[in-house]
Amino acid sequence: MQLDEFFVTGEPLIYAGMVSIALVSAAILFILTYFKKWGWLWREWLTTVDHKKIGVMYILSALAMLFRGGADALMMRTQLAFPNMNFLNAQHYDEIFTTHGTVMIIFMAMPFLIGLMNVVVPLQIGARDVAFPYLNALSFWSFLFGAMLFNISFVIGGSPDAGWTSYTPLAGAAMSPGPGQNFYLMGLQLSGIGTLATGINFMVTILKMRAPGMKMFQMPIFTWSTLITSFIIVFAFPILTVALALMTLDRVFGAQFFTLTGEGMPMMWANLFWMWGHPEVYIVILPAFGIFSEVIATFARKQLFGYKAMVWAIILIAGLSFLVWVHHFFTMGAGAFVNSVFSISTMLIAVPTGVKIFNWLGTLYKSRINNTVAMMWSLAFIPSFVIGGVTGVMLGMASADYQFHNSYFLVAHFHYVLIAGTVFACFSGLVFWYPKMFGHKLNERLGKWSFWFFVIGFHVCFFPQYFAGLDGMPRRVFTIIPEWMPLNIISSVGAFGMGIGFAIFVFTVVYSYRYSEREKTGDSWDDGRTLEWATPTPVPFYNFATVPHINSMDAYVKLKEEGKTTFDEDKLEPIHMPSNTGQPFIMMAFLFVASFGVVFEWMWMAIAGLIAGVVMMVIRSFDYDEGFHVEIDEIKRTERSTRGL
Amino acid sequence: MAEHNKRIPMQHVVGFVLSIALTLLATWAALGSNLSTTWIISGIMILAVIQAGIQLFMFMHVVEFKSQNGHVPWNMMFHGAVLAAIIVAGSLFVMSFGFTHDHDGDDHQQHEQQEDDGQEQHDEGEHEGH
Repeated sequence: MQLDEFFVTGEPLIYAGMVSIALVSAAILFILTYFKKWGWLWREWLTTVDHKKIGVMYILSALAMLFRGGADALMMRTQLAFPNMNFLNAQHYDEIFTTHGTVMIIFMAMPFLIGLMNVVVPLQIGARDVAFPYLNALSFWSFLFGAMLFNISFVIGGSPDAGWTSYTPLAGAAMSPGPGQNFYLMGLQLSGIGTLATGINFMVTILKMRAPGMKMFQMPIFTWSTLITSFIIVFAFPILTVALALMTLDRVFGAQFFTLTGEGMPMMWANLFWMWGHPEVYIVILPAFGIFSEVIATFARKQLFGYKAMVWAIILIAGLSFLVWVHHFFTMGAGAFVNSVFSISTMLIAVPTGVKIFNWLGTLYKSRINNTVAMMWSLAFIPSFVIGGVTGVMLGMASADYQFHNSYFLVAHFHYVLIAGTVFACFSGLVFWYPKMFGHKLNERLGKWSFWFFVIGFHVCFFPQYFAGLDGMPRRVFTIIPEWMPLNIISSVGAFGMGIGFAIFVFTVVYSYRYSEREKTGDSWDDGRTLEWATPTPVPFYNFATVPHINSMDAYVKLKEEGKTTFDEDKLEPIHMPSNTGQPFIMMAFLFVASFGVVFEWMWMAIAGLIAGVVMMVIRSFDYDEGFHVEIDEIKRTERSTRGL
Repeated sequence: MAEHNKRIPMQHVVGFVLSIALTLLATWAALGSNLSTTWIISGIMILAVIQAGIQLFMFMHVVEFKSQNGHVPWNMMFHGAVLAAIIVAGSLFVMSFGFTHDHDGDDHQQHEQQEDDGQEQHDEGEHEGH
């Protein structure tokens, strides 16, 4: 293979991308070396098994991916602003909408939420770490290496261009030759290992490691939504794993599962993809619902209205999420009866979702609302998400869907639910728990600027797209006709508004790091209701010096009333903690090499990487490190300094 | 404390080797053997059941309820079975619109056949509606 086949050539934008990658990498290497930070990086981050640090790394990576996916979006909106734009050609546009979708769902939304779960859930249930800390580190590194593998595709080998749904036969070997589509398959496969492991990890953590006395129906709602999400992950992700493996066999080893010529069935890909894909939608929305519930209850200063109804609604949504997948391809032609069944099951989902909307409204009703930035994101969510939900019911009517399908109406709908749901929740949750993670708040004034730019930009961007869709504009076109121009110009202006909002957000992070007041107490917002606010800030690496006995909902409200803390000097015992390890990082680095080999079909590299990965697993199997104990003296010293005693 | 754990987990090693062997056997049956399609399919299904048994008994917790204070996770196994049923039955249901690899007839005939099926299902739907 020649070098010019290996690197993507001929596109000025991609050359600019290569230069910036080289510059940023060189700058990072220089800074790490100049300030002698390599040891620090390895000891504090690459080998950590601390759920709080892993959560922070997840969130930072997700923000980087939000930037990448957002840059893709702005390029698309530029191309679509005017008819016959020559900013991107058809091929490049196809690659960009494919990577935009994949990056945003798999490498932004999920890791962002998993990052927040990592930081918050063990603190909320009074645990000192997750059930399997080693596995947790492994999850993160598998996600990061998977994301990196997917992201290098635009400079090496070429990006996938068959849409994030990657339908066969278009995505098959015959119609998409070359490494592009393999990047999609292997990037998702590698990061999928981590997602599945995270699902198992949080399931066990929440079921087995709650504070003494905490019953299931006393768990904070975010913990509940994480538990249910974990169940969906464990049940849904194997379907994706199998589908990706089958398509890899098709593309790399000449199998015929999804081909037309060799007795395969291309429609089976769509079927399997959405059997995972629909539950996936709920994997990224249920934790978001959990975050909104926590934020709204905290800043409305009330107990969550209808807690039990909320929990049952989440469980019901999770169950139904496995029974609606066909509504993504009504137009495939499965027939009126099949479509009717799935149309009805789809509409059923609106019922528990509606229950939740009323829960939030009920919580807000007659409350004294503290209008912080976190709360504003949550309040903006409710009406925006309802618009997305109502148009979702329209799309769920199978016969009407023949009109809406693959039009901008659909594009507007899923951005209304995914941005107003998931992205607003990510911002809301990040602002809300930021002081717990970093020891200072984000500047509220700047935060409001970023909020208004983003939310107004969001509506200006996506509301016109409903009408563009009704005017017949199909999705995934790289150029528009003059009739669609006014709506598209408005939409592009809105997109850049969101870009400004994000830029202000990043500036807020830097500004707050320098100027925000450092936190003195653990209860940053004064109205904390759940156990994470009972810990001091910064949170000691063992989280809880003593774990309180829980016998009610909103555990911290009760503790505050009783004047108790998580530091009871008389009850101190040595704390058993897991040791740091570099194994997960190294194991996933080897599997990254193996996946890269599969992408280019260099079997020697794939086999060598796989063998090295298996060797790492064998080493892990015979690793008898039992962790270490934190002595009472050290706990006393840490607690006294963080609590200012 | 760690001492009694320091032994090779024979059960897992045997289970691992067996599951790899069964996979290779199934691959051989599909690619390398001269058996008829019926025999290949039923053979692979039998191998799959054995494979599931290996997973449940050698790796999962079906036999561990005595040593731990726990119990057999019937609940989770039930949900797994329900999901498997949804995947298999659901796929058959969704794909039941008459798509065949019709080597004998030409494209036109296949198209017509699909049309007929669609008509039938349409009638059925209307009938239930009344």
